[in-house]
Amino acid sequence: MFALTATAAATTAVHAAASSAPKMDPLHHFQVIKIIPISLFGIDLSISNSVLWMWIAMALAFFCFRFALRQPSIVPGRAQSLAEAGFQFIDDIVNETIGHDGKQFFPYIFTLFFTILFCNLTGLIPGSFTATSQIIVTGTFAMGVFIFSTLLGFYRHGAHFLHFFVPSGLPIALLPLMVPIEIISYLARPVSLSVRLFANMTAGHTLLAVLFFFTATLPWFGAWLPFGFTVIFTGVEIFIGLIQAYIFTILTCVYINDALHMH
Amino acid sequence: MESLSASLIGMGLAAAGFAGSGVGLGLVFGKTIEAIARQPGAESQVSKYLWIGAAFVEAIALYGLVIAFIIMGKG
Repeated sequence: MFALTATAAATTAVHAAASSAPKMDPLHHFQVIKIIPISLFGIDLSISNSVLWMWIAMALAFFCFRFALRQPSIVPGRAQSLAEAGFQFIDDIVNETIGHDGKQFFPYIFTLFFTILFCNLTGLIPGSFTATSQIIVTGTFAMGVFIFSTLLGFYRHGAHFLHFFVPSGLPIALLPLMVPIEIISYLARPVSLSVRLFANMTAGHTLLAVLFFFTATLPWFGAWLPFGFTVIFTGVEIFIGLIQAYIFTILTCVYINDALHMH
Repeated sequence: MESLSASLIGMGLAAAGFAGSGVGLGLVFGKTIEAIARQPGAESQVSKYLWIGAAFVEAIALYGLVIAFIIMGKG
């Protein structure tokens, strides 16, 4: 795996060296580079830097929890307290939003939160790749949530789930207007869910790249100003990564709650 | 050449949507501070919704960025 990382870093370095004159290219680090091209039955299954960094994020999440819970004790140590705090945090979200019968969806929501969180946070390591800055990744997460909650609604309520699109207590005359609006707003859910995460990650990293470009090209007496901003914005980016993972999770809970209890 | 300049103008116009998000963020934070000043005990509850609301409002501005990217790909 470290050899793969070295290959990726070398490729990036070659790309950077190709343009000798400083030229602002803040979207450069979103380029997906194929590291190991694999083509299976005409389907592109290449190992790209996006895939590699998603693996690294997953391995980090897995080993962080393994390390924290290596010797589980009744009185938790520091690492175990942190893991339990994360557990408690998701448990509170699920309990508050879905209620008692949300317990069965806890593993899904917990995994979703920590996948997105670790993808967001590993993206902040210099030279790494933010997997959640690709709309195909966030779109897959969002479509998963959307299809799951829709199927859950039909499974729990049958055809009665279609009443979800008919707001109660509305005059009959307004129904032809309101039902299409409800259906469109329901179908817009995966779009807004995926674009929100993707755009937040992309915008933050683009801003950081622009600031780093200014730091690298300005003379020394001007460079400290954008450099100071990069320090502040890296902090903001960590915060945004947390908040966006939280928003994604809480909206997933809201959609599952809609499917379970309608309204 | 004209199409390039037109797409640049379009990208700038898409970025102008940030103004609305700025107004929204000001409203969200202002109202939250007002609410906490009136009811300091509710701070933890209010601040939870503050961050959710702030993230929603920010996302609206970033839709403008996405539109700018789409124009950049076309232009």
